[in-house]
Amino acid sequence: MSRRIVIAGASMGGLRAAEQLRAAGWEDEIVVVGDETHPPYNRPPLSKDLLAAPGSREDALAAVQLRQRRTATDIQWRLGCAVTAADLAARTLTLDSGEELVYDGLVIATGLRPRRVPVPGPTAGRHVIRRLEDTLALHGELTSRSKVAVIGAGFIGCEAAATAAALGCKVTLIEGAGGPMERPLGHELSAGIRTFLQTHGIDCVAGKRVTEFLDVPGTYTEGSGRCAGVRLEDGTEVAADVVIEAVGSLPNVEWLAGNGLDLSDGALCNEHLQVLGAEHVVAVGDVARYPDRRAGGPARRVEHWATPADTAKIAAPALVAGLKGDVVPQPAAPMPSFWTDIFKTRIQGVGSPALADTIEVLEGDPSRPWEGTALAYYRDGRLIGAVTAALPADRQLHYRKLVNESGIPAGADLAAV
Amino acid sequence: MKTIDVDRTLCDNHGQCAIAAPDVFRMNADGELEYEATFDDALLDEVEEAIDVCPVQAIFLKD
Repeated sequence: MSRRIVIAGASMGGLRAAEQLRAAGWEDEIVVVGDETHPPYNRPPLSKDLLAAPGSREDALAAVQLRQRRTATDIQWRLGCAVTAADLAARTLTLDSGEELVYDGLVIATGLRPRRVPVPGPTAGRHVIRRLEDTLALHGELTSRSKVAVIGAGFIGCEAAATAAALGCKVTLIEGAGGPMERPLGHELSAGIRTFLQTHGIDCVAGKRVTEFLDVPGTYTEGSGRCAGVRLEDGTEVAADVVIEAVGSLPNVEWLAGNGLDLSDGALCNEHLQVLGAEHVVAVGDVARYPDRRAGGPARRVEHWATPADTAKIAAPALVAGLKGDVVPQPAAPMPSFWTDIFKTRIQGVGSPALADTIEVLEGDPSRPWEGTALAYYRDGRLIGAVTAALPADRQLHYRKLVNESGIPAGADLAAV
Repeated sequence: MKTIDVDRTLCDNHGQCAIAAPDVFRMNADGELEYEATFDDALLDEVEEAIDVCPVQAIFLKD
C-alpha cells in the first residue's frame, strides 16, 4: 500500500523538502499543501529589484518562480489550501476546506509571517513585505513624491528603505532599539551602514520606538482609516504617505497546537530536524528551531534564504529513514550564509556573526563599508562568522573557508538542545 | 558528460555555486564567475546543489 508524506507549506521549504524526499529514495506519495495560490517563489527580490519594478503580476511571478528539480517527480501540489489543525497521534491534518488528510510522515514547512507594530492607529497605507501580493501592493503606492516611513532596520527594512529612496521617495528609517542590521553585523559595521544610508538621502532615526500610527484627519475610525505617519516615543511626528513595518517575523505554528510540542519559537527539533515529542515529523526552513552545531549555544531559528535547502537536506533523509525503519544518517552541520544588497553594494556573511562576543576588522574600514571591508566574529575565542561588504565574492569564499576550518565544538550537538 | 549553461544576464556573482560545486564553478580574483560548461556525471549531485543555492537561479542543467 502506498504511504504518504504531507508537507505543510508550499514555499521554498516545501519545494526543497519534496525534492530531498525523492533524493532520499521516497517513492510513495508526496502531497504539498500551501495557503498561497502561487507555486513556490523566491522571496529576496520582494524588497529589492521586484519592489523597484515588478511589472505585471504575471511578470513578477515569472521573475521569481522557483524551478523544481527534474528528479522530483510526482509531487501533488495543493495550493491555495491551508492546514488549520493537526492531530499528530492520529496522523491526520485538517485543511481549511474541512477535509481531513491522513499522513505517514509530516514535514512542517509553514514558515513565518511578518510581525506587526502593536500600537493603535489606522490600517490603510501600512505595509509588510513577505508575499508577492505585499510587494505588488507596496510598489503601487510608491511614487517619486511619496514620503515613506520604514519601521525596523533589519535586512528587509534597510533593503526596502534603499529601494524606496532609489525610486525617489523621501525615506525615514526608524531604527528602533539597534542600528541598521546591528544585531547580525555588530555595532561598528552598523554605524557605517547608517552613514551609507544617510549619504543616499535616507533620514535615520535612532533609538526611538513608535507609539502610534497617525491618521489622515477625518479618515480614522477604530480599525480603519488612512495612515498619515507615525508618532515616536518622544512625541516627534514623522509624516508618511506610506508606512512599511519591518519588525521581524512570527513562526506559523498555531495549527500544531494541542500536540504537546514546544512551539515557543517555531518547532523545536533535534540536529536531524526531527521535531521533539512527535514521531515521523520533521521541520524545515525558518519555522524550525534547531541546534546550531557550529556556533554552539541554544537551539534557534535561522531566517536566512539558504535555510530551507540546508535543513531539507538533513530533514528529508531523517524522515525517510524513520519511516523505513533504517538508521538515521549522521546530519551535516550546515554553514549559515546570508547576503543583502543596499544601493548596489553587497554585504555577505557566513556562520553566525550575531552570536559573537568579539569582532575584529580584517580589511578596510567598517565606518566606510561601501569602500570594501571585512570583519571576523569570535565567540569564546573561536571564529564563528565573517562578513564582507563591497568585496568581490572570492574574498567572501576565502573567509568562509577560515570559518569552516575553525570547526565544530566538541559535544555541541548534545549541549545545544 | 553533462552540460550546464549559466544565464549571464541573471548571474550576480554571489559565489554560492563555487561553494557547492568547486570542481565546476569558481570565482576569479575580480569576483566574477568562471565555470566548466561540461562536467563528468559523477559531479551531478554537487552541480544540482549549486543550482539550488544560486540566489538568482541562473544555472540551467541541459539535456
